[in-house]
Amino acid sequence: MEKRRILIVEDSPTMRQLLVFALRRLKDVEIIEAQDGMDGLRKVSSDHFDLALIDINMPVMDGLKLISLIRGDDALKEIPIVVITTEGAKEDRERALSLGANEYLTKPIQANKVLSVARGLLKID
Amino acid sequence: MSDDGSNIFDRQEEFLGIFKKGAEFTRELMIENERLRRKLLDVEDGQHQAARNPDDWEKLRVELIGTIANLKEENRSFRERLTEVEEENRKFADRYVEIEEENNNLANLYVASYQLHSTLDIDEVLKIVIEIVINLIGAEVFAVYLLDGKNEELRVVAAEGVPPSEIPSCQLGKGSLGKAIAAAETTCWDTTRSDDYTEPIVCIPLQIEKRPIGAIAIFSLLQQKEGFTALDHELFNVLGGHAATALFAARLYGQSERKLNTIQGFLDLLTQ
Repeated sequence: MEKRRILIVEDSPTMRQLLVFALRRLKDVEIIEAQDGMDGLRKVSSDHFDLALIDINMPVMDGLKLISLIRGDDALKEIPIVVITTEGAKEDRERALSLGANEYLTKPIQANKVLSVARGLLKID
Repeated sequence: MSDDGSNIFDRQEEFLGIFKKGAEFTRELMIENERLRRKLLDVEDGQHQAARNPDDWEKLRVELIGTIANLKEENRSFRERLTEVEEENRKFADRYVEIEEENNNLANLYVASYQLHSTLDIDEVLKIVIEIVINLIGAEVFAVYLLDGKNEELRVVAAEGVPPSEIPSCQLGKGSLGKAIAAAETTCWDTTRSDDYTEPIVCIPLQIEKRPIGAIAIFSLLQQKEGFTALDHELFNVLGGHAATALFAARLYGQSERKLNTIQGFLDLLTQ
């Protein structure tokens, strides 16, 4: 079976490591890391991805900008996107979802929640 | 990440194996049930044939009563076993959830300690401490203090949520914060927010061999964070010990680097 490719765009190495730890439990996945929005855009544009987890507050290019660029690109717009952020306010969630995010997770993240959302969007058990 | 990290999921795989065995047993029960159903059909068929020959009827009737009794006993036994297996499965499911939670907690603790010891640059260590407190604990406003050994003053060296200049220093052993640090025990006050930066909601003393070298004081939590969990208290312990040694080591390394540069400067002067 072909591996599913997941992109993690997050500036904090601690969060990236934690997300990798959680997502590694999914079978047949390949996890690629990007350290800011620009790095994420480069990676998402140069290869195929089945899922992207994107932080909002990042240097160089923030997550909301990255999401709007992905959704505005015909070749990329179908990629399921999970937003991971410290912002728990309703309006932040609505803003991210209106830009095209599929799911919205707030920090501190729970590995079970990340796994369940990833499984749902990747349509795997 | 190393093999140490991946090994913590091995037990999860083991429990998945046990679940598969449970599923296999249930499948076997269903096959057995089907076999018995077919057997009953055969018996019924024999019954119809015997009805045409009255001499065999009594013999068949006795046989049938025996078969039915056996089947009933077998059925009762299977039901009992099924109940046992269901109970076992329920226990495994509960244990699986517990182990998964334990794995998640261990992963958090592993990541926290791994990151804290990944650098000898004091600014990087402070950045990692901040990342852990935001991302793993869910604090919104907090400060990191380091002890100035000369006058026992705890100075703010990093803060999140407010500029460090807005958070006052404190004296070891004085005020809520100073006393909590001197007591060398993590202290949680019964509140989730404090706008007074001398009265935190949590104080995590950073200590090496019970000797305070600083502290992390949390003043408020992220909006979505309702309170502290058992994992948070474990993280407080990790920070209290590992952040302290990481900061201490980074400070020593920085000092030795500076001394080395000075000595190198002198040597360069002498050899010119």
